[in-house]
Amino acid sequence: MRFRTLKELAQVCVNEGKPIYRIMLEDQAKESGRTPEQEWDKMKSYYGIMKEAVMKGISSDKTSRSGLTGGDAKRVFEYTRKEDSSLEPFTGMAMAYALAVSEVNASMGRIVATPTAGSCGVIPGVFVSSQERFGWTDDHMVEGLFCAGAIGYVIANNSFISGAEGGCQAEIGSAIGMAAGALVELKGGTPAQAVHAVGLALKNTLGLICDPVGGLVEIPCIVRNGFGAVNALAAADMALAGVQSAIPSDEVIQVMLEVGSAMPDIHRETARGGLAQTPTGKQIIKQLAQDKKKSRSERKEKENDDESHK
Amino acid sequence: MRFKDVFSIIGPGMIGPSSSHTAGAVRLGRVARELFGGQPRQANIMFYGSLAATYGGHGTDLAVTAGLLRFDTDDERIPESLHFAAEMGVDVVFQTSRKPAVHPNTLTITLRSGRRRCQMTGCSIGGGNIEVVEVNGFDLKFTANYPTLIAYHDDRPGVLADITRLLSEAGVNIGHMDVDRKGRLGEAATAIETDGEITKDLLEKIKRLPNMKGVSYVDLNGGVPV
Repeated sequence: MRFRTLKELAQVCVNEGKPIYRIMLEDQAKESGRTPEQEWDKMKSYYGIMKEAVMKGISSDKTSRSGLTGGDAKRVFEYTRKEDSSLEPFTGMAMAYALAVSEVNASMGRIVATPTAGSCGVIPGVFVSSQERFGWTDDHMVEGLFCAGAIGYVIANNSFISGAEGGCQAEIGSAIGMAAGALVELKGGTPAQAVHAVGLALKNTLGLICDPVGGLVEIPCIVRNGFGAVNALAAADMALAGVQSAIPSDEVIQVMLEVGSAMPDIHRETARGGLAQTPTGKQIIKQLAQDKKKSRSERKEKENDDESHK
Repeated sequence: MRFKDVFSIIGPGMIGPSSSHTAGAVRLGRVARELFGGQPRQANIMFYGSLAATYGGHGTDLAVTAGLLRFDTDDERIPESLHFAAEMGVDVVFQTSRKPAVHPNTLTITLRSGRRRCQMTGCSIGGGNIEVVEVNGFDLKFTANYPTLIAYHDDRPGVLADITRLLSEAGVNIGHMDVDRKGRLGEAATAIETDGEITKDLLEKIKRLPNMKGVSYVDLNGGVPV
């Protein structure tokens, strides 16, 4: 890749007079040894999976495998369409779509990790709702995914994108930054504006811990994806309006590294702190363990029955 | 750079809920299956660390089984993989261990069919990426991101030169190599990650080299099992 930082990325764009997605696509093809067309098609198939996940999640009452979550995307979707919701309807849709994809993930449905499975709702939420709103083509959305990927590549290699390493800021925070920067470029903003959107977004999630109840990618992961989509829209608007990240985005990424590295283990995807260890969180874990034990003994009984029939 | 390309950020396409506990586990199962070189009759899976604690909630058991059946990370049959395994006559047993492991997300897969047996230990290191750390008692490290040749051979001078000569003649570039032996002039094994596909003909040639005991070939992005 010709860039290691967002500053370098924006500079390459200026030097060559190309948008971010174009630089990413060219460098990707060079790295993989495949043609740009092949890489394009692969990304396009990923966008297809994202749209399918949105449609599946929005219309489903299916609960997650644990039974803890499910149906919230549908609830939010119907509310923002019918009621006089506080969010403008398309914003509500971005939120509902993000919840939808996260719920599909929790129910063992098909998604694309963007950048992880825990944060897989933010980008599809922002992208699919924006496509419907502005009438963009699928190819335009694929451009956006390459742009988001370039931003994520810089964050991942200078900081982290997994909750176990850097807390939720590394997963949901990165996803919001990627979605915000990409949306700026999709709406015709400059590479510099896209980079500012990343910094603005990341500043708002610094310090967010990873504290999933029972270690499952459900509570609070799913709602954080919903909020994340709304934040990405806001950050993109700020950047397009001309708001700049006073602390350069690359420096904000370094702060995420600093904060995540200082985070105690109990707040990094171990389920030993935060929401996971609240009285209710602990009660849920206890209940899940009992259910598991029960289903195991039921299975054993069934096996014994099978044995006696032989 | 820890992350090499755009698809390590956007991707993989996968069945949820966790890229490390689900998608990575599918890939570990698939590598074990390709190392074994066919469908096993029995599979024993030992979970360590975080996987031992949470494999049920993340569907790691279903994911590994799906990999053993050669399902890809985004195959919608993954949630039903235990059912498919039973139907296909593959007996799968899961166990957990409290022993410390090299990585929080580690598992050992032992596959059997008649007298044939293959054991592999690997780790799911995040984002669906994996690292194999042991194959049949040999410390061999590889990621399965590239076509990978595993050669079992005697520890004799010239064996590696013979293998690399054949690869070189076929124009196959080597990206990474790892060699381990159980003792001086005893049994040895070599893992070779390549940039290009290794053809069936080439695998046959390598198999017929002097002092060669056997070869396995892992190519998760296509390729045929040996």
